[in-house]
Amino acid sequence: GRLMGGGREDEPRRVLDDEMLESLEELLIAADMGVDTALRVTSNIAEGRMGRRVSAREIKELLAEEIARVMETVARPLPLYPSKPQVVLVVGVNGSGKTTTIGKLASQFKAAGKSVVIAAGDTFRAAAVEQLQVWGDRAGVPVLTAPEGSDPASLAFDAMTKAQAEGADLLMIDTAGRLQNRADLMEELAKIVRVIRKKDPEAPHNTLLVLDATTGQNALVQTEAFRQLADVSGLVMTKLDGTAKGGVLVALADKFGLPIHAIGVGEQIDDLAPFDPEEFAAALTGLQR
Amino acid sequence: MFENLSERLGGVFDRLTKAGALSEDDVKTALREVRTALLEADVSLPVARQFVKAVEKKATGAAVTKSVTPGQQVVKIVHDELIAVLAGDDQDPGKLKIDNPPAPILMVGLQGGGKTTTTAKLAKRLKEREGKKVLMASLDVNRPAAMEQLAILGQQIGVDTLPIVKGEDPVTIAKRAKTQAGLGGYDVYLLDTAGRLSIDEELMAQVEAVRDVANPRETLLVVDGLTGQDAVHTAENFDNRVGITGVVLTRMDGDGRGGAALSMRAVTGKPIKFVGLGEKMEALETFEPDRVAGRILGMGDIVALVEKA
Ligand SMILES: Nc1nc2c(ncn2[C@@H]2O[C@H](COP(=O)(O)OP(=O)(O)OP(=O)(O)O)[C@@H](O)[C@H]2O)c(=O)[nH]1
Ligand SMILES: Nc1nc2c(ncn2[C@@H]2O[C@H](COP(=O)(O)OP(=O)(O)OP(=O)(O)O)[C@@H](O)[C@H]2O)c(=O)[nH]1
Ligand SMILES: [Mg+2]
Ligand SMILES: [Mg+2]
Repeated sequence: GRLMGGGREDEPRRVLDDEMLESLEELLIAADMGVDTALRVTSNIAEGRMGRRVSAREIKELLAEEIARVMETVARPLPLYPSKPQVVLVVGVNGSGKTTTIGKLASQFKAAGKSVVIAAGDTFRAAAVEQLQVWGDRAGVPVLTAPEGSDPASLAFDAMTKAQAEGADLLMIDTAGRLQNRADLMEELAKIVRVIRKKDPEAPHNTLLVLDATTGQNALVQTEAFRQLADVSGLVMTKLDGTAKGGVLVALADKFGLPIHAIGVGEQIDDLAPFDPEEFAAALTGLQR
Repeated sequence: MFENLSERLGGVFDRLTKAGALSEDDVKTALREVRTALLEADVSLPVARQFVKAVEKKATGAAVTKSVTPGQQVVKIVHDELIAVLAGDDQDPGKLKIDNPPAPILMVGLQGGGKTTTTAKLAKRLKEREGKKVLMASLDVNRPAAMEQLAILGQQIGVDTLPIVKGEDPVTIAKRAKTQAGLGGYDVYLLDTAGRLSIDEELMAQVEAVRDVANPRETLLVVDGLTGQDAVHTAENFDNRVGITGVVLTRMDGDGRGGAALSMRAVTGKPIKFVGLGEKMEALETFEPDRVAGRILGMGDIVALVEKA
């Protein structure tokens, strides 16, 4: 198709052999795809092509197309529901970018004409509330807070009551960062979900797991645990503006098929982009487009 | 998926019944598995490659005692080498150069790695264990409420923070911290900086300017222990641009395999000084190479077994 015809005639060509496959595997491993997934992806493109002469560009295009094909199925924007309020719970390990992502999302929804309320559910970390208040100001959205050290579940409950009373379109709930192997903190999260459901059995309508692109294979364990305990409905990957490629998303797509709603590409309010499978695949394989 | 390296190697060596010495072929086969195990533990690819090469030399021809299997023997050799690389020649990783008061310590790293938290943990440690008078200053003019975060932590641990002056740039704050540390009779002052990408030209130049003003006795790179393949870029770029003297690995209380430790050590040649083991102010410990080695390989018992044999 398009790809095989796309290579320029004057590019040097090599026979596709085991050695070449191994170097392709390594390219993907170095992008955090993980050994198993890298092996699978390269063997998919090798099928029926071993021994053929290909150029470096052609082979990268093939790889990128294969990755984009896998990722196509999970590239979906955050779904909107008619419920008032639609509750968006944001979870993840420490420092992954939850609070920043909430600020960015709130700004986008506000711009789309929605009335948004944010609840500062991180009642633990120093200045977490102040940080979110700055984001609320930037986005022009009110932030509901509770004193440091208070129960995040009861804040979530109060926020639900208030957002319902005000007829807000969206309620976004920030949570404290927690490592997925901390049973006590995961139970705290499960409690937040239970309390929200008392007010609306359908809520939270979206539970976003925020993953940091610099994270390696532990992202798989994170997703598994947060999915089990908090019913994750979609992913956001942050910090893709750095040198990390976020290849673990391919392994995640394979394993869980959770939608990827957006990616973080900077620290400013507009630095949240839709997930574009082709762009992602090109960056991952180092393909110049 | 294999839980650990010994399971992997068990499979490889099952067909070998005779003990004796490890042949070149045995070693080669085994080291494919070692390489995969390291990559699964998030050791950066170039580092994993280099490591395997070093082990290959040591393992070929090594004697296998009767009471252990060839697989166990290889695990032991790999484990020992891993400890050797992780430990380097640092006698005392927890020791910081803080003579000549006031001694500046500069904290740098990517966004969200744990710099601010680690700054406060370190201040607490220096104050309580070494009786130092410590000042902390936040140079983070980017992240919302970053300065408030450090100030609150300072109150919690009873360590002074430089008063916040809105609108100052990081270099000016660093100068003010230096003056204040001198006038106030502080032994140590810690400079917490904003998170930055190692390819962000403007922010990397800014932290270089801060370094030139402060002349830090220690420049610590704070890295998330869950970091994957990107560890090499971060280590290389920060070390080249800023010149680090040590590394702190955070979030080692997670269930990550910690391969970033090996990548950091191998790429920078600088010691890993501390590990962060939680969000609380006392959750900072000195780096222990053998514990991290066992974790990267996903095992520990097997090594004890071979040691006894
Ligand atoms: N470069 C870059 N930095 C980001 C991105 N998203 C967030 N950050 C930065 O990452 C750091 C951590 O972000 P936060 O939003 O505080 O993360 P969090 O998950 O709320 O952290 P905790 O509440 O402490 O668990 C901040 O310095 C953010 O500015 C991104 O997409 N790109
Ligand atoms: N579990 C755990 N969390 C940690 C550890 N160190 C820091 N954290 C958490 O990680 C998150 C980010 O920590 P910060 O100290 O704000 O990170 P930072 O590098 O200063 O972030 P920026 O200033 O935004 O670049 C916070 O939620 C901390 O509580 C650790 O060792 N273990
Ligand atoms: Mg937060
Ligand atoms: Mg900070």
